[in-house]
Amino acid sequence: MSNEKISYPEGADFYSALRARYRTAAIWLSIFLGSLLIAIIALTALIFNVIDGAFGYIAYEYKNPPTEFTSTPVNELTKEELLTVLKDNLSSGAYKKLDWEKPMESRTQADLLELFLERLVRIDTKGTWKMTESLLNGAEIRAEVAEKYPDAILEFRSWLTPQFLVSPMSSRAEFAGVRTAILGSLWLVGIAILFALPVGTGAAIYLQEYAPKNWFTRVIQTNINNLAGVPSIVYGMLGLALFVRVMEQFTSGAMFGVTDSNGRTVLSAGLTMGILVLPLIIINAQEAIKAVPDSLRQAAFGVGATRWQTIWHHVLPNALPGILTGSILALSRALGETAPLIVVGASTFISVDPDSPFSKFTALPIQIYQWTTRAQSEFHAIAASAIIVLLVLLLSLNATAILLRNRFQRRW
Amino acid sequence: MENNNYAIETNDLSIHYGRFTAVKSVNMKVERQKITAIIGPSGCGKSTLLRAFNRMNDFVPGCFVTGELLLDKQNLYGKTIDPVEVRRKIGMVFQKPNPFPKSIYENIAWGARINGFKGKMDDLVEQSLRAAALWDEVKDKLQESAYALSGGQQQRLCIARTIAIQPEIILMDEPASALDPISTLRIEELMQELKKNYTIIIVTHNMQQAARASDYTAMMMIDDKRAGSVIEFDDTKTIFMRPSDKRTEDYVTGRFG
Repeated sequence: MSNEKISYPEGADFYSALRARYRTAAIWLSIFLGSLLIAIIALTALIFNVIDGAFGYIAYEYKNPPTEFTSTPVNELTKEELLTVLKDNLSSGAYKKLDWEKPMESRTQADLLELFLERLVRIDTKGTWKMTESLLNGAEIRAEVAEKYPDAILEFRSWLTPQFLVSPMSSRAEFAGVRTAILGSLWLVGIAILFALPVGTGAAIYLQEYAPKNWFTRVIQTNINNLAGVPSIVYGMLGLALFVRVMEQFTSGAMFGVTDSNGRTVLSAGLTMGILVLPLIIINAQEAIKAVPDSLRQAAFGVGATRWQTIWHHVLPNALPGILTGSILALSRALGETAPLIVVGASTFISVDPDSPFSKFTALPIQIYQWTTRAQSEFHAIAASAIIVLLVLLLSLNATAILLRNRFQRRW
Repeated sequence: MENNNYAIETNDLSIHYGRFTAVKSVNMKVERQKITAIIGPSGCGKSTLLRAFNRMNDFVPGCFVTGELLLDKQNLYGKTIDPVEVRRKIGMVFQKPNPFPKSIYENIAWGARINGFKGKMDDLVEQSLRAAALWDEVKDKLQESAYALSGGQQQRLCIARTIAIQPEIILMDEPASALDPISTLRIEELMQELKKNYTIIIVTHNMQQAARASDYTAMMMIDDKRAGSVIEFDDTKTIFMRPSDKRTEDYVTGRFG
């Protein structure tokens, strides 16, 4: 022990030191605030970019104005009128060919309208503009269109319409929709969660409550943690090898009497997604189970419960909200993944809704990817609309999961 | 004849964690319908010993027991005995109140139900709550959360939950250490009431509590290899007034620990 006197700054010295301390704090505070601002700007830019693409001017021409074929305005044409118009104006060869592909009588009004506009009116898009351009340079655009394409019709349109949601795929951006893709995505996520949630929770229960703590368990644990970070394309390769090829009898439905299919089904893709999100679900479920206090387990054991009764009646109900939080994350991941779907073989052009696990399918991210790679700018506009649909779908699925979680979360 | 008066006997009971011996050769005869206190400084293995009585240590990885623990002449660590049966016969109240996150009613009914209780549940709940001196305070809110009760009430609920499965012995691991003096007193009064029907073994840090509430006291101490053992076991009066071991005397008079 030294006998030196312990001294601290007093009075003016104290205050100058204090000001220096506050300055340091202020610098750090501004750094944190700056980080937050960057994040906000990035997110705003993202949303703005998407919305910017989904609305705006479009200039198009009719090669043959609709009035040449019928007196009814285009958007009021009924199925019957369309049938007559098509029959009267298409060459009989062309009509027969269409009828052979799919009987004209059985086609929907939207399909027929599309045929009418595509084959007879021959709509021809001259250009599209983004929302900001359209709003800020409206006059210039109008002048430009009037000069270059005197016959063109210039419209400000929202690419995101109710029609867009319920229409199937089409080769023309004006008529294309995302119904098939939405349904495909829902099937996909549904199968993935149905597979991964029980399997993942089961694995987590075993690892957390039963597995002995030895090197083998630790190896498995480390591997699960690492699997969560494996690039998704690798899971795609696994899905292709395992579900599409090896298990084709099962995934194509051949085992269940489905004949017109191969292994590239929504079931294969769903199971691939299930495997992809499995580590995520296991890790989250483990955390949730770990968070259940030991005192609760001891209380249950103390009144003569078996391990399983303790887990079933106390550990699981208390871990359930956490497990569901994990499945929300998994759901978001499965909904947005694109790469494994491409590998597993999602169809890029398909207009038939998936109606069973053994259907061919497409999914929203696949559609978006496909449309953004097209040269024509109108496809970029519907890609932007599809992104909005994807985001809304994501939010509503998450909201459902959160509501479910809150229902289970009975606070005592 | 005297043998019938013992609820639990230990023969050279030792508790090990892997190669480390935590509690060494305990020989105790715990009398029926009496309160036996286990006292001693922190880390001397009191709780470890208590948890060995109803095989709660089975959950600790690497923990095992040598020697015998006899309940009605039967070794509770014998091969034919399932620990679940041990815990049904020897109930436990923990240091921190740990009611289930369920209603007050369910807290008592759950243990009964999983153990195959076939009678009228309402009656069992009332009877158990009365026995734990809690009935009058909670009879109008049986369906409310057990977490809404005060700490002392929660601990009495835990006692009621233990009584409901009709154990022969109730183990209490510092049941009042998380409670205020008034709640502590109520628990002690309750223990006096309960010993008419049950054998109670209590671990406590509180010298006064051991002195005023228990009939017998076991003094534990740690040796130079950090293994705890019972150095003196006698009726409480003797331990506190005329201890035969110097270390016990130092401890109970506050000169040590």
